[in-house]
Amino acid sequence: MQVPILKQGAYLIATVQSALTDEDLKQLRDTLVVSVSKVRARGVIVDVTALDVIDSFATRTLRDVAHMIRLRGAETVIVGIQPEVAFSMVKLGLSLEGIATSLDLEEGLAYLDRKGKGPEHEVRTHR
Amino acid sequence: MANTQELATAMETRLETIASRLRELVAHLRQQRAQLREEWARLITEAKLLTAMTKEEIFAEATSVYDNYVEALETGTYEALQAYARNLSERIIPRGVETHEVVGIVLLLRDVLARSLFAKYREDFNKLNRILDAYEPAANRIAGTVAVGFVQERERIIREQQEAIRELSTPVLQVRERLLILPIIGVIDPQRTRQLTEQLLRGIRTNRAKVVVLDITGVPYIDSPVANHLVQTVEAARLLGANVIVTGLSPEIAQTLVNIGVDLGKMNTVGDLQGGIEEAERHLGYKVVLTQEQSAAHSA
Repeated sequence: MQVPILKQGAYLIATVQSALTDEDLKQLRDTLVVSVSKVRARGVIVDVTALDVIDSFATRTLRDVAHMIRLRGAETVIVGIQPEVAFSMVKLGLSLEGIATSLDLEEGLAYLDRKGKGPEHEVRTHR
Repeated sequence: MANTQELATAMETRLETIASRLRELVAHLRQQRAQLREEWARLITEAKLLTAMTKEEIFAEATSVYDNYVEALETGTYEALQAYARNLSERIIPRGVETHEVVGIVLLLRDVLARSLFAKYREDFNKLNRILDAYEPAANRIAGTVAVGFVQERERIIREQQEAIRELSTPVLQVRERLLILPIIGVIDPQRTRQLTEQLLRGIRTNRAKVVVLDITGVPYIDSPVANHLVQTVEAARLLGANVIVTGLSPEIAQTLVNIGVDLGKMNTVGDLQGGIEEAERHLGYKVVLTQEQSAAHSA
């Protein structure tokens, strides 16, 4: 199942609709990394509200996405992790260290807006 | 071979005699019902047992206990008595009846009945002995059954109350828009830890919290599994996009956390609850200022 990626202002929003196979995840990663510079996005939001399970592969892929996108000059926020999912991830030792997470889409957008105004942003984006 | 058979026959006769003696006993107790019951109720009042109940209530309960008692003696089955004991306990525990009172009244009844047997068979000492042989084990068993029933009922009530306390033990309170506090009081056992995690994560979701202050001033100590769990909860909260500030760590808890090698980069701690709330407010962009009159009063 392909993940639709929408452009919203300076941000890209990828909303996961249903459980993803490893292939789907890889595809999502590749598509996001390519489109982020294609549309000159400043931020990327990956919405995982629909996911009941986030396994080690998914965690690693999400982490990779965030790091790659940062290298390409944008910020990533993972939003909508369910409470149960969050706790089982931590239990399994799967961490999203150094990656921004927010409660939901709205929060994620607010986070990126704040980031965009901050001084950090000036330093990082030298496109 | 012959020996075993003899033994078996002897046992059968013995059982039969015990049964017939119990029958005789029961007949006697039925006959003397009114008098013995009154005697018993009188003794209960005299011994100042069941003070939480009125005389009439004691008499009514005494009657049903008496009948159940005799029935248990007659049938040799204790289920009915057990059920009655449980039912009785349910009614009298909330009124503050203590274990020793319940045991006391059952033992009193045993004594009353034994006395009446002494009186009845005082002419024939051998017969009295035989009747007592049949009576005593049954009576002791009844006393045990009633006492155990009472204690079990008590324990059930205690368990229920523990449950209720546990439910009330981890309140999630919103102090400002997007700011929650969770004050924890008392020892955190593994079950409570699980509940804490659940409440915290759910609270973040429902209140759309950005910052949670987890105050553990009232927690004397925690062991390493609980400490680990706590750290994991903090991380899980971060995955939901909320920051957890832990406040009021006692020196012992600080020691435990250092021993398990907690990553302090992941855990935000502030000395006390006030500090924690101030930190949270800063984080959320709140600024608390004194109103003018108040600050004038302060400087004056």
